[in-house]
Amino acid sequence: MSTPTWSMPATSPHAAILGLGVDRAKRVVPNADLVAAIDSSDEWIQQRTGIKERRWLGPGETLESLALAASQRAIASSGIEAAQIDAIVVATCTHTLQTPALAAKLAHLLGTQAPAAFDISAACAGFCHAVGLASDMVRSGTSRYVLVVGAEALSRVTSKTDRGTAFIFGDGAGAVVVGPSEVPGIGPVVWGSDGEQFDAIRQTVDWVEAHENQDPELPYIAMDGPAVFRWASYEMAKIAQATLDRTGIRADQLDLFVPHQANMRIIDAMARAMKLPEHVRIARDIATQGNTSAASIPLALARMYDEGTAKSGDLALLIAFGAGLSYAAQVVRVP
Amino acid sequence: MATTEEIRADLAEIVNEVTGIPAADVQLEKSFTDDLDVDSLSMVEVVVAAEEKFSVRIPDDEVKNLKTVGDAVSYIEKAQAA
Repeated sequence: MSTPTWSMPATSPHAAILGLGVDRAKRVVPNADLVAAIDSSDEWIQQRTGIKERRWLGPGETLESLALAASQRAIASSGIEAAQIDAIVVATCTHTLQTPALAAKLAHLLGTQAPAAFDISAACAGFCHAVGLASDMVRSGTSRYVLVVGAEALSRVTSKTDRGTAFIFGDGAGAVVVGPSEVPGIGPVVWGSDGEQFDAIRQTVDWVEAHENQDPELPYIAMDGPAVFRWASYEMAKIAQATLDRTGIRADQLDLFVPHQANMRIIDAMARAMKLPEHVRIARDIATQGNTSAASIPLALARMYDEGTAKSGDLALLIAFGAGLSYAAQVVRVP
Repeated sequence: MATTEEIRADLAEIVNEVTGIPAADVQLEKSFTDDLDVDSLSMVEVVVAAEEKFSVRIPDDEVKNLKTVGDAVSYIEKAQAA
């Protein structure tokens, strides 16, 4: 018997980000609204995080509504039709329904044609994981147009009385369309994890256990601040450099540095540790948005367009890191 | 082998670089948090810089025991001798 020939899809030489869209939750929550519950001050919060205010879900807004609005804008800016999308990957850690995936519902709401649709769980590192997956899906020919969405409603899993995290998180969504390209648009992903620090950022209690224990409060996201700060500031600077090396790009060839918006002091410490050239513009969206986990990189990039510090064709280093601990990074040409 | 005073002086330089606190204020009996107002994240930056400067390892679990400048100096002395 002869070995049958398998039919495999035609590959694409490269993948690129074709369009970007975001949606910020509408309710502006200044530090002043949070300080009483944690016996703190506006100054204390700003000094430790650089956050002045954050966006939380307003009336009528949901994780789904943020994800939908960001996705519709990303599709419109990419120049393709929703019907052409054949895969949707949602990165989120705040879709509090265990199943089904948010991606499948989103596919329906967007009017797509039965695409592959699934969520991934990589917390704050989710967006760069999903972009890495989407790039490989397009290059391998498995998919042609992949919608990548980072969406979070962290205010719903934030303890208003936890002194380490009450003021950190924000709500929002960002989406990109990844499609085939003749020229490089998304570089190789450098990703990994450090499971030894699995509890450095964590949900306090399993949902079911919380119910069985009849806990009066919902589980929330807690964090060992100094340990995370050390890992993020110094270990992630090494990963950023490894990503440049793997891609064959020098720091002085970059236009933009768009790190996960975890804490302004992590962003500053990383930039110092990396010795980034001065002309590289650094994303600083966290001051008025808060840390939006998987949504923070597209939201931060969108702000750079709004402020005129990013333009189509710029070369950007993206790096995302968070609970797991997990991380992913790549160089991209922005749409 | 560096003397206690040499280690203190080098550590004081690091604290100054990270926080802007005058190096002369960084004396052995001073508490990082209560006297010098070094917050937990600045403390991490000081520790990482000290690890590099003194070629020692200061794990996260040890950092919370380093209440005063003197605690840090004697930890560094012991770690260097080990």
